[in-house]
Amino acid sequence: MKFGVVRFPGSCDEVDALMASRRFADADLLWHGDRDLDGIDAVVVPGGFSYGDYLRVGAIARFSPLMESVIEFARDGGPVLGICNGFQVLCEAGLLPGALLPNDSLRFVCRQVEVVVENPGTPFTRACEVGDSLSIPVKHTTGRYYAPPGTLPEEQVVLRYAPGHNPNGSMDDVAGVCNDGGNVMGLMPHPEHAVDPLTGSADGGRLFESLAMVPA
Amino acid sequence: MRARVLIRPKEGILDPQGQAVERALPALGFDGVRNVHVGRLIELDVEDASQVPQMCERLLANPLIEDYEIIELQEVAA
Repeated sequence: MKFGVVRFPGSCDEVDALMASRRFADADLLWHGDRDLDGIDAVVVPGGFSYGDYLRVGAIARFSPLMESVIEFARDGGPVLGICNGFQVLCEAGLLPGALLPNDSLRFVCRQVEVVVENPGTPFTRACEVGDSLSIPVKHTTGRYYAPPGTLPEEQVVLRYAPGHNPNGSMDDVAGVCNDGGNVMGLMPHPEHAVDPLTGSADGGRLFESLAMVPA
Repeated sequence: MRARVLIRPKEGILDPQGQAVERALPALGFDGVRNVHVGRLIELDVEDASQVPQMCERLLANPLIEDYEIIELQEVAA
């Protein structure tokens, strides 16, 4: 199992995502200007400020050469995980329902939150049980999830902020969603920053561990 | 052609920027202000004005969360 971690100009969490991936699988960085996904079994689109987040978060990164290949990979059923800015990019690319809006507080939030696993039936959560609580940090200004009415079936809600932990005003406390096929997931919290007890929690590793598990 | 595109948050979606501005105006003595929304203005010179709606749909706006309006199209002064 080999993960590919995308690096855009403006990415800032790709090295943490790479190190987190390597705890559970082989992993390499992928440059945004390349198109080659040969030998990659799963793609991680990491956090940061891709292409400066000009115009709208994720709007320009979505058109990078590598993203064209990632979109094709996802449409063929390949697993793709978008974290924070990566989540925004996947929404802009139309691979996930909804969009991310500025936090209701208009403030940057950076804190540890509890998220609850709502759907353990995805490639990203199969090491979890429904109702598991994961302690993972958030750090973002544009993390308020919104999907137009009727566009987000309940089974596509993978993670919810625990009661009282919604840091940004997201609709229905949604913290992470997947696509209809279940092979693309995005979340605002940063599991790659929570893979070692040294930094407060190893719960984020469960997502990388899930992704590295050979499908049953 | 000169195109001017106005982009605003869709009605019904919480607009905290608009709310912040709405709360700030009375502090300066401007009363009776309601329904403030903050959006974005994009101006561009284009060879083919018929492409502007497609530009809005695909890049300039996110139609899930934003409405756009092409408010002006003029000949570019030579």
